[in-house]
Amino acid sequence: MLLTELWYPRFQLASDHSLLVTFGAAISRQHHRDVLRLFLLLQQEAIEGLRNLHPAYSSLLISFDPLIIPPQEFEAAVRSLVDRIDSVATPEPQRIQIPVCYDPEFGPDLFDVAAHTKLSPNEVVRLHSSVEYLVYFVGFSPGFPYLGEMPEQLAMPRLPSPRIAVPAGSVAIGGHQTGIYPLASPGGWRIIGRTPLRLFRPDDASPTLLRMGDVVIFQPISRQEFEAFTTT
Amino acid sequence: MGWMRVISPGFLTTVQDLGRPGWTHLGISPSGAADTVALRLGNLLVGNPQNFPALEMTLLGGTFEFESNTLIALTGSDFEPTLDGMPLPMWQSKRVLRGQVLHCSMTKEGARCYLCVQGGIITEPFLGSFSTHLTTSLGGFKGRKLLAGDRLELRDVDVGDIEPKKINGTMVEYFYKKSSVFRVTAGPQYDLFDDQAIERFSNSIYLVSEDSNRMGLRLSGPPIKRHATRDIVTEGVSLGAVQVPPHGEPIILFVEHQTTGGYPKIANVISADLHLVGQLRPRDEVRFQFVGMDDALSLLSDLNARLVQAGQTA
Repeated sequence: MLLTELWYPRFQLASDHSLLVTFGAAISRQHHRDVLRLFLLLQQEAIEGLRNLHPAYSSLLISFDPLIIPPQEFEAAVRSLVDRIDSVATPEPQRIQIPVCYDPEFGPDLFDVAAHTKLSPNEVVRLHSSVEYLVYFVGFSPGFPYLGEMPEQLAMPRLPSPRIAVPAGSVAIGGHQTGIYPLASPGGWRIIGRTPLRLFRPDDASPTLLRMGDVVIFQPISRQEFEAFTTT
Repeated sequence: MGWMRVISPGFLTTVQDLGRPGWTHLGISPSGAADTVALRLGNLLVGNPQNFPALEMTLLGGTFEFESNTLIALTGSDFEPTLDGMPLPMWQSKRVLRGQVLHCSMTKEGARCYLCVQGGIITEPFLGSFSTHLTTSLGGFKGRKLLAGDRLELRDVDVGDIEPKKINGTMVEYFYKKSSVFRVTAGPQYDLFDDQAIERFSNSIYLVSEDSNRMGLRLSGPPIKRHATRDIVTEGVSLGAVQVPPHGEPIILFVEHQTTGGYPKIANVISADLHLVGQLRPRDEVRFQFVGMDDALSLLSDLNARLVQAGQTA
């Protein structure tokens, strides 16, 4: 163990209404498991005054109402939960197949990624759909999954300036990360395909398709299969 | 069933309540009124619970025709409202009759004016709140800002036996001090900035830029340099966080903020000053003053005590 690892878990008031609990400085599956366990524990045993949970790679930001519970008291309650996270059973991850059409019309940056990575477009598609991705967390915007780990050969810097509109369902590469845009939005990642699945379903009881801890497998589909999906 | 018709919507008018907590783990930030003090006081004036949905108008107000009798109040920034052409004072409740027209103009100062109506403005709730989240087109009235011709549903109210109320001027002055100083506590990456950067941040005057919105307020002014160059791992962000992107000009994350981010956060606006962020206009001055956590909390307790007092004395 590195000496610096002894600093963790670290508890910090990020503001007068939020506490940041950090389990480590790196992106790792171990820290992810700790974040998930604390997240599940807080959902099961909500502390009075708790308002929002913001899980991320290796940290959990928890916001609360300081008029209901003073920050020191809130921190003490969270610390006692962190002491117990080893006893939390994490559920069997949902394995979710995500069909992706890598047609250049849906993936306008596929050829650029191929050129940059010195792979053929087919190899980019094969590599991108060859591994199982962990949903580290959902954040940034509604339903946006932070996935890991993408094969290193596919890494490519973001666009120098973001596109004004990226269509919903776009599958993209940004640096060493890959993700899916659940809603049409501006975005600077390289778009290589599109899924016909809806990742954000506001009218559904469970509004996002993916949740923290899920496993994602991209499944290449043809243009015809994509069209068939969207018409059914 | 009562109705209110939008004759002209103003620049940016949306339905807002106190927000949609509990969904940030799915990437959905709470949204809600930019100035929660104005919304709470407005609701109080018309006899509503504090979190009832109202109209939030921005910079330029709208014109509305009431199709039924009700009780209204305007709070927040003074948009020089009139009812059938007669000046209508801010911060007090007023009976309106079927057929009367409320007109709001340009802001005199501040950014947002709230129109509270007894019973609230009825829209389809989304995840437990009536707030509009503009960046994702969710909640509120069809997930969007109001347009001319929209009709909003109101609750039927017998206005006969309601005593109009008023918030006194001294109280309003307490909530809206005339100062460009925003008090902040240290952010989670405060240590990434050296003394010189912290000093520059605390002693500079920043201006609110034109491309500010409910997601965030971009500031222009002296750039803040980071002491350490290492990137931080993406983490959760708080309402009111002051983040410093690579160009060095700070951004205050606001009610429709992204739920996570990777820029270092030097500071966080204290809860007691957040409603004042909601009243900032483009080109307004902003200065930051660090305070301790205990000060931040006692200022919030004071604010809350005054809100309770306002409710008792109105």
